[in-house]
Amino acid sequence: MFRAHVLVCGGTGCVSSGSAKLIDLFKEEIEKQGLKDEVAVVQTGCHGLCAMGPIVVVYPDATFYAMVKEENVSEIVEEHLLKGRVVSHLVYKEESDAGENVKSLNDTDFYKKQTRVALRNCGVINPENIDEYIGMRGYEALGKVLTEMQPEDVIDTILKSGLRGRGGAGFPTGQKWKLARELVQDGGQKYVCCNADEGDPGAFMDRSVLEGDPHVVLEAMAIAGYAIGASQGYIYVRAEYPIAVERLKIAIGQAKEYGLLGENIFESGFSFDIDLRLGAGAFVCGEETALMTSIEGKRGEPRPRPPFPAVSGLYQRPTILNNVETWANIPQIILNGADWFASMGTEKSKGTKVFALGGKINNTGLVEIPMGTTLREVVEDIGGGVPNGKKFKAAQTGGPSGGCIPAEHFDVPIDYDNLTAIGSMMGSGGLIVMDEDNCMVDIAKFFLEFTVDESCGKCVPCRIGTKRMYEILDRITKGQGTLKDLDRLQELAAHIKDNALCGLGQTAPNPILSTLQYFHDEYVAHVVDKKCPAKVCRGLLTYTIIPEKCRGCTKCARNCPVRCISGTVKEVHTIDQEQCIKCGACMANCPFDAIVKE
Amino acid sequence: MKSLEELKAIRERVQGQMNLRDESGTDTRVVIGMATCGIAAGARPVLNKFSDLVQEKNLTDIIVTQTGCAGMCRYEPIVDVFVPGEPQVTYIHMDPEKAERVFNEHLLHGKVVEEYLIPEKMQPVSAK
Repeated sequence: MFRAHVLVCGGTGCVSSGSAKLIDLFKEEIEKQGLKDEVAVVQTGCHGLCAMGPIVVVYPDATFYAMVKEENVSEIVEEHLLKGRVVSHLVYKEESDAGENVKSLNDTDFYKKQTRVALRNCGVINPENIDEYIGMRGYEALGKVLTEMQPEDVIDTILKSGLRGRGGAGFPTGQKWKLARELVQDGGQKYVCCNADEGDPGAFMDRSVLEGDPHVVLEAMAIAGYAIGASQGYIYVRAEYPIAVERLKIAIGQAKEYGLLGENIFESGFSFDIDLRLGAGAFVCGEETALMTSIEGKRGEPRPRPPFPAVSGLYQRPTILNNVETWANIPQIILNGADWFASMGTEKSKGTKVFALGGKINNTGLVEIPMGTTLREVVEDIGGGVPNGKKFKAAQTGGPSGGCIPAEHFDVPIDYDNLTAIGSMMGSGGLIVMDEDNCMVDIAKFFLEFTVDESCGKCVPCRIGTKRMYEILDRITKGQGTLKDLDRLQELAAHIKDNALCGLGQTAPNPILSTLQYFHDEYVAHVVDKKCPAKVCRGLLTYTIIPEKCRGCTKCARNCPVRCISGTVKEVHTIDQEQCIKCGACMANCPFDAIVKE
Repeated sequence: MKSLEELKAIRERVQGQMNLRDESGTDTRVVIGMATCGIAAGARPVLNKFSDLVQEKNLTDIIVTQTGCAGMCRYEPIVDVFVPGEPQVTYIHMDPEKAERVFNEHLLHGKVVEEYLIPEKMQPVSAK
């Protein structure tokens, strides 16, 4: 038996900063020190604090090493594991923590304020070992459901828990299951699908669950299969998530070997199988009808609803489709009861939500918080605030379907309804923080560019409408916009919202509408004053040389790629505004800070 | 998988190991001095003994961990037991057999093994 465990994060974030090599080095070093039979090295899923990767946690004392480099491994093994002395200079320290306090994982501000339900096993178990999942009460919920509960009881429990879809729209999960069970009862095949086609820019919680705890999804899908009377499940996962795909394959293989998937599970007469389908990365395939069309092998395009998938989904049979994070909550609800789950969160949004923190924030990574936590707590306390002393300007939630929440709504408790009320949406949980250096018109343009790219082209409002909106925004950022353009944007947005075929199109105008609502001044500055207050939009910038400061060193002229700066040695230089491409190379190279942009 | 019992059997087999990573239920701490002095005096087998016993019995409320040199090298291997609400207990000159006895009598049944205790005058202030 092992007296200590070295957990090395194997999430995509840490793998790309070199954690795979660390695992080999730890094993090597531990063997060298003769600790092979005492210390186990375990590869886990994502710990959430991706900004500090690669992350290594040593149990039983839960010492949290951050940004571990290859050359640190021998020191950790020799000092900590052999001699029992924590290597304090490698331990993660928080910005707020001025002292040399060595904290264990759960004492850090980042983890202390989180409640981990969907992510409970991520970073704790080895995702490639089914025994570790079972050791954390894995598959117990499936066992309980198959041996003690009627399908109706299962659906009732999920209904009572108040769980709503974590993919973004927030449809009550129990309701979905109930419809799929009751509307069609002809004894034919039904399907259970998992939407792992995470496409919002900046969101990666589903990937982390699949990488860190793949069995939870399999278990939950089997539970749903029993509840609605389905014997086949499909997981639709992006091919761009190679680690997630690999671990899912391993997990499905292990579950089949243990008889937790397949024929006659727990001798209950219930059989359930799961297959993987890889998506090629089209954003629209995250929309439920398009996803199912894609599983069928056809071009991934949405179709109008009704009929809803609960009546006619995959292969025209009743189907339920839930998002990865939704699935990750199911076994815990079965084990701990609906009341336990409903005790967390707000009146209409129960439980917890995982957010992917990104943008201008110190602790980039994954956090799971109870619904009703305020944006301020997430950004300042857990996220560690905005770096470099800059001012918080807005938070973007919901990706290309969501909107920007300005600082005035910093204290709104986050839940489905509150976010919708202030013009954004929960979405899948991407949370991008923006500071004073971000131009809101530019942000809206960025998201529109994404939707224009990803529009499948089936319906006119989305295909042509988003393109026109993008063109207007582009004009505005180049200083060619008019006040009339702002009205036209509003009008187009309303039309697209009402007439687009699927959720992608209907929500595409949201980034524009919310920035127009909260940052109208910035739009006006672009079209009337022809200025970009955040100094982002190139077309509106002018670079000028302050004659008093210029020493005539010629450095700017030598670095200008279009040679539009003239002047001789020791004379004041000037920029030809007509030819300037606003690249900023002169400003970056000026040793005397003599160049300003406005 | 034929029955819940099979699942339970797997869980029990693994749980002792998984408890090592659980920070919530850990109350009693068994701390073994593992500095150079401790290791030289034979602390490693003592540490492993405690660790094995706790995991075999699947005890979720005991954490076995290590520390550095306490400055009393001549008494090594030293084992400190911290039970919440009780004074710290320090055992000296430990070996695996003694560890087993401390485990059975002190950790399982709350009875301090007097004969392995550090001499009265050397006890830490907190224990007096």
